Amino acid sequence: MFVAPDFQQLRARIAALGPEAVERALAKGRLDLDDLAALLSPAAEAFLPQLARRSAQLTSQRFGNVIQLYAPLYLSSFCTNRCAYCGFSADNAMSRRVLSFAEAEAEAMILHRRGFNHILLVSGEAPAKVGVEYLETLALRLRDKFAAISIEVQPLAADEYARLFAAGITSVAVYQETYDRAVYDRVHLGGKKRDFDYRLATPERAAVAGLREVGIGALLGLSDWRAEGLAMGHHLSYLRKEFWRTGLTVSFPRIRPAEGGFAPLAAVSERDLTQLIFALRLFDPDLGLYLSTREEARYRDGMLGLGPNRYSAGSCTVPGGYGDTEASGAQFEIDDQRSLDAVSVAIRAKGLDPVRKDWDAIFQQQDQGRRLAA
Amino acid sequence: MITIICNGESRQLDQQVSVEQLMISLGLNPERVVAELNGRILNRSEYAVTMLANGAILELIRFVGGG
Amino acid sequence: MLTIAGKTFRSRLFTGTGKFSSPQVMQAALTASGSEMVTVALRRVDLHDPADDIMSVLARDHFFFLPNTAGARNASEAVRLAKLAESSGGGNWVKLEVTPDPRTLLPDPVETLAATGELVKAGFVVLPYMNADPILALRLQDAGAAAVMPLGSPIGTNQGVLTRFQVAIIIEQARVPVVVDAGIGAPSHAAEAMEMGADAVLVNTAIAVAGDPVRMAQAFAKAVEAGREAYEAGLGARRSEAEASSPQAGLDFLRE
Repeated sequence: MFVAPDFQQLRARIAALGPEAVERALAKGRLDLDDLAALLSPAAEAFLPQLARRSAQLTSQRFGNVIQLYAPLYLSSFCTNRCAYCGFSADNAMSRRVLSFAEAEAEAMILHRRGFNHILLVSGEAPAKVGVEYLETLALRLRDKFAAISIEVQPLAADEYARLFAAGITSVAVYQETYDRAVYDRVHLGGKKRDFDYRLATPERAAVAGLREVGIGALLGLSDWRAEGLAMGHHLSYLRKEFWRTGLTVSFPRIRPAEGGFAPLAAVSERDLTQLIFALRLFDPDLGLYLSTREEARYRDGMLGLGPNRYSAGSCTVPGGYGDTEASGAQFEIDDQRSLDAVSVAIRAKGLDPVRKDWDAIFQQQDQGRRLAA
Repeated sequence: MITIICNGESRQLDQQVSVEQLMISLGLNPERVVAELNGRILNRSEYAVTMLANGAILELIRFVGGG
Repeated sequence: MLTIAGKTFRSRLFTGTGKFSSPQVMQAALTASGSEMVTVALRRVDLHDPADDIMSVLARDHFFFLPNTAGARNASEAVRLAKLAESSGGGNWVKLEVTPDPRTLLPDPVETLAATGELVKAGFVVLPYMNADPILALRLQDAGAAAVMPLGSPIGTNQGVLTRFQVAIIIEQARVPVVVDAGIGAPSHAAEAMEMGADAVLVNTAIAVAGDPVRMAQAFAKAVEAGREAYEAGLGARRSEAEASSPQAGLDFLRE
């Protein structure tokens, strides 16, 4: 099982590195974790243009001129966890909603008609409202409409992931939020999410179950973003070694305003976010890197071709919000409010191709994974 | 008089002998030879007590130089 | 120190015992190499020359014998050879070589993978010789191989690490030691393999057919040590392609 490295030691490792280490890392073909630490260090800030160039080159080599598009579909705002930073926290007084199967399908069809082939099903942690059976049923209904269906829900057991995989879920995203145990403990005030280790082992359980892709991430703004980046590097190294058949992705949610008005505990500027994205691209050129609509249109457009290769568009974080645009109760505020078509135009303007699918789940063999042991 | 096949060649033996006795009579050190009798690999401890019957097919193998 | 299946080795140079001009030269060269593990093959005793026992010159307490399955053309022949080797009482290690093409002596991936699974289940410590195919390396590890042995170039060709790009991937992804085996024709090839991060190399032909095998063995020993030292010391960066002429990545859009 993956063991998270000591967060303070990660910070110390990064702080000790200077420009020579950055230059070494920039010149290498294959980077290791020490190189990643160098690229995350303050010394690397001065090298941002070189990082950008290398990141653009690697992204182009690996993914060509393609940007993958996806849309989130919020199923439920019910949540039994109390997380200081989240709009869905059980502490927040807001009207909650869970979509019925018919409502969820209707939302999905809106996305389908817009042309999306990859959707991300999102819910808070409330198994009584959205549990394995719900997700399984919904997946079976949606599987022939979408090439890829990801889920970003509560951590599940390996055999539950196997069920969902058989039903048509292709990938699982679960963000550790922060790899800093002390901060994790402080911001997760109640609920099952308080269990740091169970959450940390979730990507492995999904990989064992045979999911095609697993996504990790840290919520930027909770703790030192450089050490979060290095912790993610360790996590990715482990997953690459142990689960060589599983694709890996990283997302970069950065704390934005929400109900309850949680302010970031640690500053993360756009330059910081940029450095983090480039550093991970150089460290592992095969990662899918997500840039969501939390970020501004100007920023998202600027980053096209430089590293992130998966973009959402026209997103809504309110359950039922695609059909009912007046609905309230968002998880976080969207900054880039452009429609899919508008984002596609921006992508093409950069000489890139907005792609709505690169796989069809119909081709997938329902192999239960080779190591479906606990 | 019995006939066995040893390393692909026919061999006549005056009497029933053990595998070990055969090895010694051939000038081989039993410690350095591996034996397969009628398709079954023998343990070294079996060499002295395994008798060769008429028609036995014996392979005597040793380590040689190789990459 | 290198550890394979719980056994430690001070020397990262493994050697083969074939092709030497005499047992005495072989013994002197292998001793000079510092190698602790030598491969041996299995063959029928030549009943017309029973005293010809080349391996008697190598003290078993000094050299660990790694039997190979050279000559096997499929998994079942390889398994049989492995079991014959084990019955000699020298242990249950085997270098799995399944080479159906006698001209190239290239390893059969399908049979090698099948034999690895079978032998691992039978309790053997399996070191499979393989072409430098990264996916095959992963499959062999999944099947329980104790190490993987990708070839640098075909046996006896002395061409060096022609497969360097794939070997690099294998090393990067490996969960077990990687021993570059076959085709290492010069000490510089051995050093290169070690600089890349290989855990060990196996050399036979280049030492056996050298003008002076003892000196060549010493040269190889030094090269393996040098390469490993360099790897552990952290080699300076070497770009494989020139700085690409991609358009200037403008970061003017950044605000914060």
